[in-house]
Amino acid sequence: MSHLTTAKVLVISQHDGVQCSGGTLSVLTAAEQISTLCENCPVDVLVVGNQCQNVVEQLRRFPIVNQIMVADDVCFAHPLSECLAPVVVKASHGYSHILSAATTFGKDLMPRVSALLDVGQLSDITKIEAPDTVVRPIYAGNALARVTSSDKVIIMTIRETAFDKMQPSDEPTASVTMLQFDAAPSATEFVSQEMTKTERPELTSAKVVVSGGRGLGSKDNFALVEKLADKLGGAIGASRAAVDAGFVSNDLQVGQTGKVVAPDLYIAVGISGAIQHIAGMKESKVIVAINNDPDAPIFDVADYGLVGDLFALLPELIDNV
Amino acid sequence: MKILVPIKRVIDPYIKVRVKADNSDVETNNVKMTINPFCEIAVEEAVRLKEQGIADEVIVMSAGGAQCQEQLRTALALGADRAIHIDTADKIEPLVVAKLLKALVEQEQPQLVITGKQSIDTDNNQVAQMLAALLDWPQATFASDVKIEDQKVQVVREVDGGLMTVAMNLPAVISTDLRLNEPRFASLPNIMKAKRKPLDTVTPESLGVEVTFSQTITEVTPPAARKGGIKVESVSELLDKLRNEAKVIS
Repeated sequence: MSHLTTAKVLVISQHDGVQCSGGTLSVLTAAEQISTLCENCPVDVLVVGNQCQNVVEQLRRFPIVNQIMVADDVCFAHPLSECLAPVVVKASHGYSHILSAATTFGKDLMPRVSALLDVGQLSDITKIEAPDTVVRPIYAGNALARVTSSDKVIIMTIRETAFDKMQPSDEPTASVTMLQFDAAPSATEFVSQEMTKTERPELTSAKVVVSGGRGLGSKDNFALVEKLADKLGGAIGASRAAVDAGFVSNDLQVGQTGKVVAPDLYIAVGISGAIQHIAGMKESKVIVAINNDPDAPIFDVADYGLVGDLFALLPELIDNV
Repeated sequence: MKILVPIKRVIDPYIKVRVKADNSDVETNNVKMTINPFCEIAVEEAVRLKEQGIADEVIVMSAGGAQCQEQLRTALALGADRAIHIDTADKIEPLVVAKLLKALVEQEQPQLVITGKQSIDTDNNQVAQMLAALLDWPQATFASDVKIEDQKVQVVREVDGGLMTVAMNLPAVISTDLRLNEPRFASLPNIMKAKRKPLDTVTPESLGVEVTFSQTITEVTPPAARKGGIKVESVSELLDKLRNEAKVIS
């Protein structure tokens, strides 16, 4: 920590223009941990967006937040890292730590910021041990590395499921300042966006997740997974095999290359349990596996395993839950 | 146009890695190594662009010890035209890889760099974004579709919640997601032909890049093992356990 003379933490918020993402609330908790380790150093937040007053008001209610810097421009209506990174760099002056969520937003933006600041990045942090020392999973979560950084600015992306989401208080306390910047011309243009519509809870923050795999056999049969999820008030997930077979869209994929989840209850239906998939769900509190192959590797991590034909078992489960 | 594709030699993704007894690293001796799967997708995409007549040369590069020439030969067998091996230690940090790539880009003048979105060993997901920053080029990460017309490239990106489409002016950097394509297998004749394709070795010094380290891995440990669970006999037993033992449903 000796090389960090004055500690000061900056959180880059992720939001949809109306509210902060759940990941940002986990990043605030990580920022608080660093602040505590650095003798309660200040935590500031940067909001880059277009007309995102609601986001700013929401962030003001977190007592840990000292100051909110706002960069507001129509060019920030969509999160394009080529446009965002120079603004983050401008705002970063004087900070020892810059944090964002390890979502596709943070993964896309933060390495660009790191390179512009000529420092390394600590990706997908699951634990903060000291202001310059963290733990992060490597090899699809099959090993944990303790890493120490000697960079002058320590840039981290935070794994959302490894830190609790911070709860706001009633009183808005943080001060707000507008950041002055020059909007640079960009070689990237936003064309369109296609979001998966769902009434279900968000996959990465749901208390219950029901996931289906190749064993479901077809897109129509996947409805059984959806029915069970709805009865439990949970989110649906999928293995890569189920996504590749076209049963569900790819943003529902759980695993090393998809989303990492850690719900109270994870039910894996017709999923064999490849290393890649296990990496995305093995931190769940309770894991249930339903599979017709008693030797499937998923049973090695499942607290409760049920061997049998899922087309007989699932309807019975749905009816009795 | 020219396309540059960086590839990385990694432990085969189907191997269960073991942490060394002294907790310094994972065991890599006598372990099957391969091209990082995301890099393989990048090679495939570049070769397809060549087959469509959009690219006229595909250059693959890898930074690491002499053994990564194996993976460069494989990429040549998959259809790349020539390879550049940057002779370095095996474990250099992403920012240094990006600086080496920047030097190669200035030398080779490609219009497009296609990388994998992350390597499955360090799981960093950084190099493409860092390279784009150093070059001041646009970036499209996590690509699941790439279309090139005139001097523009349109990319569908896999983002949390769905898909985002962006258009970039060339030159640009793209990183691949799993769904971009299905990589081909190298045929035996192509493996033989690849042995005669050019493979040059250069050093970081010759590229004017200093290999520095700012991160130290002080310990590698296996994750906490989950306790082996039990098998239940029926749906009613499962529900009883979930309600009364685990108390995760009401």
